[in-house]
Amino acid sequence: MELHNYLEHFGVNLELIRNIISVGLSKGGDYCDLYFQNSLSDYIGLEDNAVNRAHSNITLGVGIRVIKGKQTGYSFTEIISAETMKKAAQTAASIANSNKSHKIPELQVHAPANYYAIKTPWEEVSVEKKIPYLQKINEKVFALDKRVIKSTISFTNSTNRILFANSEGRITYDYKPMGQITVSCIAEQNGKREQNSFNLSARQGIEFFNEENINRLAKEAVESTVSLFDAGKPQAGEMEVVLSAGSSGILLHEAIGHGMEADFNRKNISIFSNKIGKPVAENFVTIVDDGTNPNVRGSINIDDEGNDTKKTVLVENGIMKSYMHDRLSAIHYGVKPTGSGRRESFRFAPLPRMRNTYMLPGPHKREEIIKSVKKGIIAETFTNGQVMIGGGDFTFYVKSGFLIENGKITMPIKDINIIGNGPEVLKNITMVADDFKMTEGGWTCGKDGQSVPVSMGLPTVKVSKLTVGGI
Amino acid sequence: MDRKEKEALAQYIIDLAKKNGANQIAINLSEENGVDIQYRDSEIEQLQESQQSSLSIQIYVDNKYSSHSTNDLKKESLKKFIEQAVKSTKFLSEDKYRKLPDSKLYAKNLDLDLKLLDADYHKLSAEERIERIKEIYELALSKSDKIISTASNFSDVIFSSLKVHSNGFVGFKEATLFSLASEVTIKDGDSRPEGWFAAQTRFKNQLPESDFIANLAVQNALDKIGQSKIKSGNYDLLVENKAVANLLSMLLSPLAASAIQQKRSYLDGMIGKQVASSKLSILDNPFVEKGLGSKLYDSDGIATRQRKLIDNGVLNYYFIDNYYGNKLGLEPNGGATSNLFFETGNKTLIEMQTSLKKGIFLTGFNGGNSNSTTGDFSFGISGFLIENGKLTKPINEMNISGNSKELWAKLAEIGNDPYQFSRWQTPSMLFENISFSGL
Repeated sequence: MELHNYLEHFGVNLELIRNIISVGLSKGGDYCDLYFQNSLSDYIGLEDNAVNRAHSNITLGVGIRVIKGKQTGYSFTEIISAETMKKAAQTAASIANSNKSHKIPELQVHAPANYYAIKTPWEEVSVEKKIPYLQKINEKVFALDKRVIKSTISFTNSTNRILFANSEGRITYDYKPMGQITVSCIAEQNGKREQNSFNLSARQGIEFFNEENINRLAKEAVESTVSLFDAGKPQAGEMEVVLSAGSSGILLHEAIGHGMEADFNRKNISIFSNKIGKPVAENFVTIVDDGTNPNVRGSINIDDEGNDTKKTVLVENGIMKSYMHDRLSAIHYGVKPTGSGRRESFRFAPLPRMRNTYMLPGPHKREEIIKSVKKGIIAETFTNGQVMIGGGDFTFYVKSGFLIENGKITMPIKDINIIGNGPEVLKNITMVADDFKMTEGGWTCGKDGQSVPVSMGLPTVKVSKLTVGGI
Repeated sequence: MDRKEKEALAQYIIDLAKKNGANQIAINLSEENGVDIQYRDSEIEQLQESQQSSLSIQIYVDNKYSSHSTNDLKKESLKKFIEQAVKSTKFLSEDKYRKLPDSKLYAKNLDLDLKLLDADYHKLSAEERIERIKEIYELALSKSDKIISTASNFSDVIFSSLKVHSNGFVGFKEATLFSLASEVTIKDGDSRPEGWFAAQTRFKNQLPESDFIANLAVQNALDKIGQSKIKSGNYDLLVENKAVANLLSMLLSPLAASAIQQKRSYLDGMIGKQVASSKLSILDNPFVEKGLGSKLYDSDGIATRQRKLIDNGVLNYYFIDNYYGNKLGLEPNGGATSNLFFETGNKTLIEMQTSLKKGIFLTGFNGGNSNSTTGDFSFGISGFLIENGKLTKPINEMNISGNSKELWAKLAEIGNDPYQFSRWQTPSMLFENISFSGL
């Protein structure tokens, strides 16, 4: 799709957009942008062996932002007309208060890269076509293990059309697809029940859910549930923690990612404020936040401020290199934007956010790492995490893993929280393996009331000490 | 749109859906207008105004069910939207439990005024909002020279919702919500601990004084100076009133009829049985004037009622909605919680603290989760070590872990200090012998 398709879709033209931007700047604002969004999302669900529920949602609107110095005025309208946009622009404009007039340059189209080409747009995939996917997974789930007593499966997909224009003369657009299937199981053994789930998510079309992934969804959901029957709790306290390759990237997201979002640093409230250029980890630790990984859930062609997305190196060979910036922080620090300004929807002003956060492979082997642990755990799957930005304390919840005793994996463990301090944990990463994996799970990050899709990845990593919940 | 126009639109949509083949329809039309202003570094950091409308619709075609929502309310868009919605519903499997509620269950006392709408909402000016947050900002800043940064926030919203069901229910409600908050970051060596306080009320004049808010936010930050972890082990656990909600969720979320029917609840089959120590009695009262959780009907239009959820530790109710009620063969009883009130004890927080030889006073959670199927939990925490009745050391970076069933059986004492700025007016609580992990 090209620019004219987006203009047509939203029923606007270049002259109208320039007019609205000039209303936004009519009270002396420094900068104005318009963010048009139309999102279509669908869900179908299977419960008690039948695909017997569906939901669809349509969202349409335009957000108007005016910046004056460090101040932001924001307003939006759900009705896209000259009159409603003008009114919203006047509201956003009121953050400034002078008569300085601006000349708005001609709008020049900026064609973005495409990191998520898909075969079939989701709009062309009917409910009827999706139903067999769920029925097939459900049959496999019950065939895999007799202990399974319930299975619920959801299939969600969305398509987002974005048109962006600003007072610097840039106009650009994006088309963002997303698909996800989540399988949840309950199993029963000797009167005891356990529950777990598995999901796969990507910026892809229905082709993502091929035979292999359908089988994985059923198998992983069942195995991760029934394995909990044998699981126990570790002894409470500080110990060595090994993080398995893949979704363990949640460690980076919480321990360092949020603290490296530049708004917190610009406001001087992050524990990583003033740490750029300083050593923060061993020299085999390199951490990036990347929006360009093909078809990965957290990838974006442009950020929600119209900038090209990038691969941003946060830590290189142990040295802290760059924050993740939005427009306000890039100006504050006098650096180029990193393509990290994101928003949940047209109802919100953008903030510096993560995309796909991961660590590059290191010099060690997974077996070598496990062997080196005297008493500790290896964490395999996770449900959630969070962080205190200023104090640096972060946590993540381990759904499943194993004990490691004298270099050997022993008892399975479940449902424990891990807590640590970001800067300390970075220093305590003592081994990094060469088996990097990006997670394919449907991770969503929340900040200031805004949710955005993200991903993460990690090779197998050893942290020399972390506090592990237990008994 | 005024109420009359909304009712006309709802009827238009119901007729449209029927014409396309739906036999039962439920409509919800909602509207929400709000202002949110944040103040930092002696100026407005962000000012946001929002106006939004949305339609949600539930469609039943011969026991086939789907729900849909949109904010594009243009008639030509709605026509296409409804056509598509009914069409896609027809592909789904029949589900005999899917139908609108029996009309005898609908709320009847719709004239009862719960006083949820501040009629003076529109008199609130931008200047007044800014003046208030500037005052909180300056008060906070004046309270400690350790403050690196502080921000204050005023947000308010007025909303309305019209619910129309094709088998006769029409409900309309309007409400306002005001919120004032302060956040404070202080310097503590390399660390920058943050503290905060937020109050939410239905009426503007219920909001607490600026000094009260600033004081609690600054104190919350100062309490974190010098925090560290202590030795792992079992300690008595005293939980501050506003932090109790996290633990209470573990007890209440497994009571949803969906969790019971889907066998995802460790409390399945526990009606009439002991689920907590006899100290715990909880009343769910949806009819409180100006209450943050007050409501005459649930999301199905079904009449809410007062429920003594837990009486001396014995469980009396699941939260039963229309659909899962049908599936379980149980009568719906008004769905999820509204306003919760606790039978309080006669000790103050300080008296409970003083009574402890060794324990932990928990003031905040940091992440963690619980498993509703088994009751297992593990949460990150911060607070203070209590020795001989005194707070002797600020602590953080620790976890508490265990099982909800066992935790609630260990509830030993309830304070007399219900937390007022929440739907759940939780008092402080004392639990005996809980596992902590630290060093």
